[in-house]
Amino acid sequence: MTAPAIRVKDLRKRYPGRDGPVHAVNGIDLEIRRGECFGLLGPNGAGKTTTVEILEGLNRPTSGEVEVLGRRWEDDPTAIRERIGVTLQETRFSDKETVRELLTVFRSFYGQGITVDEAIKRVSLESKANALIEQLSGGQQQRLAVAVGLIGDPEILFLDEPTTGLDPQSRRQLWDVILDLRERGRTIVLTTHYMDEAQRLCDRVAVIDYGKIIAMGSPAELIARLGGDHVIEFAVGGVDAPLDLEVLAGLDSVLSARADADGYSLTAGEPHRAIPALLGALEDMGRPLLRLTTRHVSLEDVFVSLTGRHLREDADDDGNANGRGGRWRRRRRSRSAAG
Amino acid sequence: MLRNSPFFQLYLARLREFYRQPARIFWVYGFPLLLAVVLGFAFRSRPPAPVQVDLADGPGAEAVQRAVEAHNARLAQSDSRATPDGPLPPIDLSVHPQAEALRRLKTGRATLAILPEGPESWTYRYDPTRPEATVARQTIDNVLQEAAGRVNPATTRDELVTEPGSRYIDFLIPGLIGLNAMGGGLWGVGFFLVNLRIAKLLKCYVATPMPRRDFLGAILASRLTFLAPDLGGLLLLGVLGFGMPIHGSLGLVVLLDVVGSLAFAGIGLLIASRTATTETVSGLMNLVMMPMWLLSGVFFSSERFPAAMQPLIQALPLTQLVGALRLVILEGAGIAQTEILMALAILAAWAVGTFWLALRLFKWS
Repeated sequence: MTAPAIRVKDLRKRYPGRDGPVHAVNGIDLEIRRGECFGLLGPNGAGKTTTVEILEGLNRPTSGEVEVLGRRWEDDPTAIRERIGVTLQETRFSDKETVRELLTVFRSFYGQGITVDEAIKRVSLESKANALIEQLSGGQQQRLAVAVGLIGDPEILFLDEPTTGLDPQSRRQLWDVILDLRERGRTIVLTTHYMDEAQRLCDRVAVIDYGKIIAMGSPAELIARLGGDHVIEFAVGGVDAPLDLEVLAGLDSVLSARADADGYSLTAGEPHRAIPALLGALEDMGRPLLRLTTRHVSLEDVFVSLTGRHLREDADDDGNANGRGGRWRRRRRSRSAAG
Repeated sequence: MLRNSPFFQLYLARLREFYRQPARIFWVYGFPLLLAVVLGFAFRSRPPAPVQVDLADGPGAEAVQRAVEAHNARLAQSDSRATPDGPLPPIDLSVHPQAEALRRLKTGRATLAILPEGPESWTYRYDPTRPEATVARQTIDNVLQEAAGRVNPATTRDELVTEPGSRYIDFLIPGLIGLNAMGGGLWGVGFFLVNLRIAKLLKCYVATPMPRRDFLGAILASRLTFLAPDLGGLLLLGVLGFGMPIHGSLGLVVLLDVVGSLAFAGIGLLIASRTATTETVSGLMNLVMMPMWLLSGVFFSSERFPAAMQPLIQALPLTQLVGALRLVILEGAGIAQTEILMALAILAAWAVGTFWLALRLFKWS
């Protein structure tokens, strides 16, 4: 039990691209301990999936070292595969097989593992054991994909965006499966672009953007780095001129201020001091308040604060954003507009 | 024990996936049988169809009518295949007033009109560019001349060949067996693998310790399994439905079909080795299958194509498979015959070559 579950040193992956090579992974160092749930966070195109696929042995790095359970992919791929489980993004299993049949097929690939019934139980699909896969809902299919990852009783389970596209209830069911696994002392590596998911499930997270880790630590540590515990979000009416962020940041108890797509947000240590100060300042400026909410700081705020700073320097680069990343992009754009 | 065999489990999964889709079963097995039945009936050997002739009413028309009735009665009595006159078709005569008969001819509703001019004198009116009109002209003239007392100076005899083994259906069934082997290899291996890649299942498999040779082995084993009902169905239809003879050894027929199927499975694997979209794979399939559909002699003999094209045509696996199947089934060729050995060698070369290349190019993700 000396080696960490995963050790990565200066990992790089370069793809040929239209305008010169694309650095999907650009120098990542990582050590994932045994028994922890580790999250890789970042927007789409940040390099999460490429990194995880290299760890899973599905993709080869351009350079760098990867050790999984103390072994290297070049030396003994089958021995590693026997001991890891992989749940890919958006796998579509054959419609015409039953849950039990599919798991029986995958079970036959492993020298040892849990029984098919046990795998079905762990993901709570007992009532669907003999149903054809086409009869499962999206959330049930995703749980089945996790069961496929679990069937070899892996020491490390990789989950790539396990809850993307699921409804809130299915997400929570899947979270329970992952938390149960964490309690059994297995190592879990998951990628996600949902910050609440990482906060809920992960012991430690690494925030990835543009192929690099820009922050790493437990969710609580990362949140603490922002300084304040609370976020105050508000919008103002009146003339269409933006508020001065420096003035806002200088208010009592306010630690930082930034402009969002549809208003402003402040991080504050003590809202009961910051809010009266804000109201006073707005009244002096003659700007009516249209909306005001407060909430606790989340990993999402950490991410925006990190990538926001990052993006102010090269605001034109939005080559990585697409579909699901829209949320991030909007924030980035608003950020650069304000700056 | 079988429960833990990746090969057996993957093989079972492939069979399940197939038999749980009735539509697929129809297109793979039902459709070729249907095609054989339809084409077999469309091109079956039939007694000659009656010749349509119009007769303008008038004096002398009665003589013509009598002669035709006598001819038709003679045909009805005898076994129509062996009349002393040879296989003359029956004549379907309809009598109209002259103006009406001419109008029918002009509008194309009649092929030939007889305009009587006296007891033993009449005019045939027809368009010589219509083949059925010239056939009608020959037939009716023969009948009327003989009725008028013509004696044929030379003695002739007709020998009619409609033996099982030389009809269109006998030609067609080996062709369809070959066509099925091609479709099965390309769709059942090529298309199937590309779909697995699109569904990210290939990636999912390769992330496990699954032995890759078991995966390939299961696909080939299921392909050969699907071959059995396929070959059996068409042979049974030929033998029981159409009385097709199988002159050669059944074992050799099976061997040829298996080697041919492996050649097509190899081509399917090659097509699928890098393709990642349905559109591309469909295009590639058509690119490969189209020339063989046209050139390989499934529906008509490939020898009709110019000599310059023959080396290319003979190199196509479907040409070899279909040609060898016909030799064995219809002519009783044995494995020692040069053409059969040649066909087996060419098919095996296709199989080995395409597998070798495909396994080097194949991408799992």
